[in-house]
Amino acid sequence: MELSGAEILVQFLKDEGVECVFGYPGGSVLHIYDELYKQEEIKHILVRHEQAAAHAADGYARTSGKPGVVLVTSGPGVTNAVTGIATAYMDSIPMVVITGQVPTAVIGSDAFQEVDTVGITRPCSKHNFLVKDARDIATTLKKAFHLATTGRPGPVVVDIPKDVTDPNVKVPYSYPETISMRSYNPKIKGNARQIRRAVQLILSAKRPIIYSGGGVILSGAANSLTELTRMLNIPITSTLMGLGGYPATDRQFLGMLGMHGTYEANMAMHECDVLIAIGARFDDRVTGKIEQFCPNARIVHIDIDPASISKTVKVDVPIVGDVDSVLTEMLQLMRNTDSELNQVELKQWWELIAKWRATDCLAYDHDSDLIKPQYVVEKLWEITGGDAFVSTDVGQHQMWAAQFYKFDKPNRFVTSGGLGTMGFGLPAAMGIQFANPDSNVACITGEGSIQMCIQELSTCFQYMLPLKIVNLNNRYLGMVRQWQEFFYGSRYSHSYMDALPDFVKLAESYGHVGIRIENPADVEGALKEAFALKERLVFLDFITDQTENVYPMIAAGKAHHEMEMSPKSVLI
Amino acid sequence: MRHIISILIENEAGALSRVAGLFSARGYNIESLSVAPTEDASLSRMTLVTRGSEEIVEQITKQLNKLVDVVKLLDLTEGAHIEREMMLIKVRASSGSERDEVKRLSDIFRGNIIDVSRTSYVIELTGDSNKLDSFIQALGEITILETVRCGSMGIARGEKSLHL
Ligand SMILES: Cc1cc2nc3c(=O)[nH]c(=O)nc-3n(C[C@H](O)[C@H](O)[C@H](O)COP(=O)(O)OP(=O)(O)OC[C@H]3O[C@@H](n4cnc5c(N)ncnc54)[C@H](O)[C@@H]3O)c2cc1C
Ligand SMILES: Cc1ncc(C[n+]2csc(CCOP(=O)(O)OP(=O)(O)O)c2C)c(N)n1
Ligand SMILES: [Mg+2]
Repeated sequence: MELSGAEILVQFLKDEGVECVFGYPGGSVLHIYDELYKQEEIKHILVRHEQAAAHAADGYARTSGKPGVVLVTSGPGVTNAVTGIATAYMDSIPMVVITGQVPTAVIGSDAFQEVDTVGITRPCSKHNFLVKDARDIATTLKKAFHLATTGRPGPVVVDIPKDVTDPNVKVPYSYPETISMRSYNPKIKGNARQIRRAVQLILSAKRPIIYSGGGVILSGAANSLTELTRMLNIPITSTLMGLGGYPATDRQFLGMLGMHGTYEANMAMHECDVLIAIGARFDDRVTGKIEQFCPNARIVHIDIDPASISKTVKVDVPIVGDVDSVLTEMLQLMRNTDSELNQVELKQWWELIAKWRATDCLAYDHDSDLIKPQYVVEKLWEITGGDAFVSTDVGQHQMWAAQFYKFDKPNRFVTSGGLGTMGFGLPAAMGIQFANPDSNVACITGEGSIQMCIQELSTCFQYMLPLKIVNLNNRYLGMVRQWQEFFYGSRYSHSYMDALPDFVKLAESYGHVGIRIENPADVEGALKEAFALKERLVFLDFITDQTENVYPMIAAGKAHHEMEMSPKSVLI
Repeated sequence: MRHIISILIENEAGALSRVAGLFSARGYNIESLSVAPTEDASLSRMTLVTRGSEEIVEQITKQLNKLVDVVKLLDLTEGAHIEREMMLIKVRASSGSERDEVKRLSDIFRGNIIDVSRTSYVIELTGDSNKLDSFIQALGEITILETVRCGSMGIARGEKSLHL
């Protein structure tokens, strides 16, 4: 079959099973857009800013099990998308980003809308390619999808100069069913000896704890993780990225750990004797002061990326492999062994944990006249039956979402953890809704973050996406304000949010429904009303207590047992 | 500790900048780097000399291995190996005594004089970095006009080899 570069690109996407592409047109991708116009199989979603295209593809990928696909033009199209690419990179999200480039003949001449895309995206993508010949489009794209979705996933950029998609130059095309790369062979199966050592170490523990992370979600290992945790009857905590990997409402779950983790999770980390890290990367928000991290623990670490192992914390039993594969093997070994955990010690361990739990570290004021943000999230959880897809932006609201929406299933919580990108929430929610058209999708945001991609309300209207935007409006860059209160003598330097728009009118002007809620008594009703409007996007503007802080908190450089507690929690 | 790391990398545009970019982005120390295609034109061989604690060097090798273009990697420092660097050095050689002295030193260090003018010599010298440094020291009063050194190259001794 002889096709032009643009035809090959579109045909390849169909053959690869791509259903939707998030993009924005421009000069260097016009040949491709012309091909998109001529077909109906692939749905193109026109965003209002390229950053949003990448975030939407990100949200789509996290909740569909397929890679997100982005299409943008050269120059400013690429630079706008970079924030979204970097966001996906930090959270290991599978994504293929196709970027237009100036024609090969003028590359390097500061041509109109030229930017060194391969150079700019090199440090924030898993890999990138520049395609110089239409004959290479199909194999390069195949490599890109393969790289994006296997091993430790991540975004892959494919830069295609305009002449390479010229409609008048036809070259042969056949879909490459498979691809092999001699330089790339991620390890899936863990080393058998290491797995045996890990099982022995775990079964000899007196105070074990599982620290699970985003790798569990990416691996699709929630079931095997749950089975292992229940079988051993040991406590489990999760990173922000791992939430939903183990049911949050289960009694063995201690809540999130780390900077804004629960008292019980962080204390259990500090006191454990065996730490089982599963698909988690010992991020600084999690470890706190490295020298005092889990001071008494021997550590097992399962991760598909060798570079994640012993990067910041030296571990005793490293296992390189896919979480699901390794856990499945561990389960088998454990079923076939006579040894088991010392039940007397385990009982004492749970008793200690019960004491920590009794601090009620997430307690907040229920009698206030002001709307407490935690209350809004709690009600959202209730009203959606704990079963909505939730995206967030970045800030205090993000932490309250993590603490108070109890995710029982994986792939439900979509948040920018690694890069912490304000502006992520709304476009990510769009991607989620495209992947899950019949599900409830909520975006928990703040009045600061939402304004960073607010233009996407227009995209939402075009495609009639019935998102529910939960704006926890504290008229502050709350997370910044909190740090300034704690560490900068309450000097609130540029952390107020002045001259805010009337979000209700703003939503309405974009064609949506807006509701402002100012009384705690109206919270539940408004949420119910919003979710009853099945076909409409509803912007819920909750005017919340401006001074509320996120607790507990481990200040930067402090250790797990040095938490700042809520005035409402019970001191022990 | 000083480490000499050899890698086989796909001989593609941009491969070198991926390695260089990795070192600068992660703040790793890079002492020298040399690169050229191998007998298999699709592969380049790169030799990197770096310094760092064991933990850092472990991260460096892991991060290098993680680069999609890197096919194979060997930390030569882990076993017996040979290291070579080449230097071309241009020195002042006008007077008879200068010319004699340079010729003598060059012979002692097993160098070759590969260019001669009325006032200068160019000497070609290979060896490990220490040997080249010693030669420069030995030149003493002789005026050095120019030196050019390639980065270190290394190869394991015996059967062990870095190939596909
Ligand atoms: C304002 C703010 C506050 C934050 N506070 C906290 C906090 O209090 N607590 C907290 O936990 N986080 C917090 N974070 C998030 C934090 O920055 C990190 O993003 C997060 O802790 C990383 O999660 P993770 O370790 O699960 O790793 P991820 O980034 O999810 O990485 C996944 C790991 O799993 C591996 N992996 C991927 N796929 C597989 C597979 N198939 N098999 C095996 N391994 C695999 C990867 O190689 C990687 O090492 C905060 C972020 C923000 C923006
Ligand atoms: C793009 C970007 N710029 C700056 C920051 C730093 N930052 C982190 S949280 C935050 C405040 C967010 O304010 P808001 O969205 O209102 O959320 P709140 O903390 O008030 O809930 C800021 C500025 C960031 N994370 N991302
Ligand atoms: Mg705010």
